[in-house]
Amino acid sequence: MLNLLWLIPALPMAGFLILGLFGSRLSRQAIPILGAGSVGLSAAVSLWVAGSFFISPPAGYAYTQVLWRWLEAGSLHLPIALYLDPLSLIMMLVVTCVSFLIHVYSAGYMSDDEDMSRFFAYMNLFVASMVTLLLASNLALLLLGWEGVGLCSYLLIGFWYRDPVNGYAGRKAFIVTRVGDTSLLIGLFLLFRHLGTLDIQTLMERAAHQWPVGSPLAVAAGLLLLGGAVGKSAQLPLQTWLPDAMAGPTPTSALIHAATMVTAGVYLIARMHVIYQLAPSAQFAVAVAGAATLTLAGFSALTQADIKRALAYSTVSQIGYMFLALGVGAWSAAIFHFMTHAFFKALLFLGAGMIIESLDHEQNMFKMGGLRKELPVVFWTFLIAGCALAGVPLVTAGFYSKGLIVWQAEASSAGRWGFWLVAVFGVFLTAAYTFRIIFLTFFGEPKSHVHKRPGLAMTVPCVILAALSMVGGFVKTPEFLGNIHIFTGFLHHALPPVAATRAASMSEMGSEAWVTLALMAGFAVAYFCYIYRPEFSESLTRPAIGKALYRFWKSDWGMDWLYDRLFVWPVMWFARVDARDAVDSIYTGMARLCELFYHGARQTETGRLRWYAAAIALGAVIFVAVVLFL
Amino acid sequence: MATVPMMHALLVAGILFALGVTGLLVRRNILFILMSLEVMLNAAGLAFVAAGARWGQTDGQVVFIFILSMAAAEVAVGLALVIQIYHRFKSFDADRASEMKG
Amino acid sequence: MILVWLIVILLGAGALAWLAGRFGAEWPRWISLVAAGFDLALVLDFWARHRAEVEIIPQGRWLAEFNRAWVPQYGIHFHLAMDGLSLLMVALTLFIGMMAVLCSWKEIQKGVGFYHFNLMWILAGILGVFLAVDLFLFYFAWELMLVPMYFLIAIWGHEHRVYAAIKFFIFTQLSGLLMLLAILGLYFVHHHATGVYTFEYSDLLGTPMSPRTAMLLMLGFFVAFAVKLPMFPFHPWLPDAHTEAPTAGSLILAALLLKTGAYGMIRFVVPLFPGAARAFAPIAMTLGVVGILYGAVLAYGQTDFKRMVAYTSVSHLGFVLLGIFAWNTLALQGAVVGMIAHALSTGALFMLVGQLYERTRTRDLNQLGGLWATAPVLSGVGMFFMLGSVGLPGLGDFVGEFLVLLGTYRAHVLLTALATVGVLASTFYGVQMVQRAFHGPNVHHWKIADLHGRELLIMGPMMILLLGLGLYPLPVLKTFSPAWKSLERSTRSVVSEARR
Repeated sequence: MLNLLWLIPALPMAGFLILGLFGSRLSRQAIPILGAGSVGLSAAVSLWVAGSFFISPPAGYAYTQVLWRWLEAGSLHLPIALYLDPLSLIMMLVVTCVSFLIHVYSAGYMSDDEDMSRFFAYMNLFVASMVTLLLASNLALLLLGWEGVGLCSYLLIGFWYRDPVNGYAGRKAFIVTRVGDTSLLIGLFLLFRHLGTLDIQTLMERAAHQWPVGSPLAVAAGLLLLGGAVGKSAQLPLQTWLPDAMAGPTPTSALIHAATMVTAGVYLIARMHVIYQLAPSAQFAVAVAGAATLTLAGFSALTQADIKRALAYSTVSQIGYMFLALGVGAWSAAIFHFMTHAFFKALLFLGAGMIIESLDHEQNMFKMGGLRKELPVVFWTFLIAGCALAGVPLVTAGFYSKGLIVWQAEASSAGRWGFWLVAVFGVFLTAAYTFRIIFLTFFGEPKSHVHKRPGLAMTVPCVILAALSMVGGFVKTPEFLGNIHIFTGFLHHALPPVAATRAASMSEMGSEAWVTLALMAGFAVAYFCYIYRPEFSESLTRPAIGKALYRFWKSDWGMDWLYDRLFVWPVMWFARVDARDAVDSIYTGMARLCELFYHGARQTETGRLRWYAAAIALGAVIFVAVVLFL
Repeated sequence: MATVPMMHALLVAGILFALGVTGLLVRRNILFILMSLEVMLNAAGLAFVAAGARWGQTDGQVVFIFILSMAAAEVAVGLALVIQIYHRFKSFDADRASEMKG
Repeated sequence: MILVWLIVILLGAGALAWLAGRFGAEWPRWISLVAAGFDLALVLDFWARHRAEVEIIPQGRWLAEFNRAWVPQYGIHFHLAMDGLSLLMVALTLFIGMMAVLCSWKEIQKGVGFYHFNLMWILAGILGVFLAVDLFLFYFAWELMLVPMYFLIAIWGHEHRVYAAIKFFIFTQLSGLLMLLAILGLYFVHHHATGVYTFEYSDLLGTPMSPRTAMLLMLGFFVAFAVKLPMFPFHPWLPDAHTEAPTAGSLILAALLLKTGAYGMIRFVVPLFPGAARAFAPIAMTLGVVGILYGAVLAYGQTDFKRMVAYTSVSHLGFVLLGIFAWNTLALQGAVVGMIAHALSTGALFMLVGQLYERTRTRDLNQLGGLWATAPVLSGVGMFFMLGSVGLPGLGDFVGEFLVLLGTYRAHVLLTALATVGVLASTFYGVQMVQRAFHGPNVHHWKIADLHGRELLIMGPMMILLLGLGLYPLPVLKTFSPAWKSLERSTRSVVSEARR
């Protein structure tokens, strides 16, 4: 049944084509059925494929399906081929299923938007591109999916195109991620130049064969690929686009900017893990990027007033965890956190979307409050997701995935105490901002009137995701809690297990205990500031330093400010100043010179016959003189 | 038979030519310009005849005949143009006809 | 014989169209369309019949050839020949030619007969350039395509058409003169070395000469082609000519005339003077990269839609130049795909601007905006070709740029990295264009008609081809491959010497 694999990207693609070409002629009922249906079928096929993969795994736990020949020139042979192994299987499964739920939700959310067919067309194109990215057997095809999802992200952020702000956010996202893509492209060139192929599996084999550990080429390749990954996954220093990306419709934020696309960088690094094993310094850079991002974004999340921006910073921060896991060699932990994160973060955004819609497009959390009674379904699902995000022990999926990362940040052979500390501190920050959001929106006094309540199409996906956010973690539990490792065991066919644990490291249980403590501390801070003594949080920002710090964090540590001045403005300045093209003036200058000469010469053309005759006579005399005397 | 030395003939031709040029340059009246032109042509013709006599060749006289006929043609065309110019500018002043100024 | 027919049909149809112009405006249009279509059918039929041959061609043989003595005492022959490269270019020329006829169907209302005469003769000239393997004939065809182009711009252009036409003519004519000098120089150098007077391309290959002479002659050819390409800093004629030309003129300029420059580089500059080209490659590649970045940034700064698209051409052809002078399989394959993809995507953008101009009577991006709501198909098509232009994978331009960069990386790492930044820079103008024309608020309350039948008939094939080139470029790659092998063979000795 694995040969049905091609249907998984093809079905949403077909949906995109039909909606894109005939969208305006379809009835309003048909559009969501077609849009969500194509993704639903795709999810069904991927479940089917996954089932048969589990039951009868192909040889070597990998299956390749060559669709057609693509780029062939000289030594380059790139087919359009899909590659299925446990890593891409899990990613694909999560992506298609979460996508389907979000599509169903969108059918409710976008039901009265005039451009519904365009919305579903873009969303379908996104799913097709994302699946292509995941299943690509070579880096060029991966790039096709990679740029495809970037395009859809751009289109969907700017979906409500009449408002220039949305267009700006879309352009920013597209350009900033493409900054990363530039680095990725150069990395591809380097890999092809030195390893002679772009097929991922062959690359991995050859790299392991030809490059010694610590080889400068491997380090360069690792860093260049990391550049691409940080762009797509909104990690330091290219994280600035993601908060602005929240301008898009909320299902978009849930699907693209929380659950799936932004984790493409994680997938890329996991996919290319051999390179990083050969380049410990590049891998260390991955861990540092992750650790730095998770704290910085955590602080920023604490200061946001817009609920979607707060969640966006939280996404940045959680992907920081995944990068940290990759950086310490805990490959499967990163993928585990990707999966649980996809469930609860999608749910958080969907919940936020329902809140925003019921409050008539109000996004400011300080104008919400007391929604617990008004929107009970939203409250409970949001609470579950929030607990999973914070990592409430035992009952939530986030606990297992994040706990694994925190522990391995220290325990893995590439781990360090510093990473562990940062990770635990991150747990504290996560708990603080998560409960800040929950307290501000659902508790306290109601400040806005609820206009309408979400329908079934919107609540059912949320309930399913809430269930997944709770039970999704039971596929890999710590040693002292049942020691289940279906997930990691399955992934180890594609990704190596964590390198031998260091002797002096702390026990898993000890680490989990610290995590729980940090979580409780964070919860306590949030409770103290927003429920127990709300005036206290206001007093914090009153002194000058508090205010400055608040603004600094809120504006994402001033990165936008810096980039505007360093890169954006100079380019714009040059484009504006040189709009008339300075090079042209060289040629117009030459023309001007000719004209000047002409003005001089025309003075001799008086039109007077006798002057001409005199000139002839004089010329003749000079000519004769020259001939005679020289 | 006493012959005129060629040098003398050439000298006369040269003086005639210089007079013609001077006339051409200083006179504004287009008729006089034409006349000066005739003088210059004949100066050239005289030089040809003298040279032909010096070398005992008929070529000089042949060329003079050419010059004569050309001068006749030139006068015919020239006078026609002069009349046209007079019609246009109501004047024989050559400097008035300077519309071809660059 | 087919080669002569291709050209003669176009020349004849041009003359016929001029005459038929007296009887009504419809006649010239149909005559031109049928002639170009018939030619295209001939070429496609030829391609299909020789498919096996096209892909594995015996060494040093042309696919089709026509050779008659013209002025034999001076070694001038009427010699046309076609290999894979020419085949691709000829097919492209005729396809774009058909599009050009279609897109001027409504736009051109005065002097229709003479207009189509010029159009057909330009196409004939371009075919001559792509097919001639006698340098004298090549120069003849090179000039043949200029004069009608001049008329096309000067008569049917926009406001500053005369300025633009003269600028175009002076640039190309002067550089063409340099090429003529170089051709004659090569002719005499060859005679000096072998005692034979000939303009025949295959005889002139490998003419022994001193490096200094080779460099001078190479520069003569190079400048002519670089102006046409256009390479930075020889590009300023292009924005003016593009902006002022009628739609079909811009289309032909962008899609075909620029390609003759690239074709000349591939066919003549490097094979005739491999050593000099190799020595000059770093400079040429640097200029290519400068062009990529400079064109992209300037495109970003333009407010005239057509001017903007014109500067993107400077940027895209920079990649082609880069690929040609890297002179390896990947880069050259990329350059050829890039040429075709640029013809499709940029050509289509020019037609789109033309269609927009017919509706709004403005090309000022500040005046446009918010057109998506009123003309979604037009806007969607614009978005599609913008994505082609910014090198989105899956569309033709990506294949070209990717292969070029992949190949160039072997030759020069730093330049490749900078050129990759150029891919990023293309995003600037791409998204800017969509924002200013199609997205944003509709401040000026445009209410325009969406694309209709004939326009869809133009855009549809362009889109399908661009997508096909992006997802299945194999036919192009395979057709060019044997041609490339024989080109490479002619330069191999020098290259391997330099390696050593």
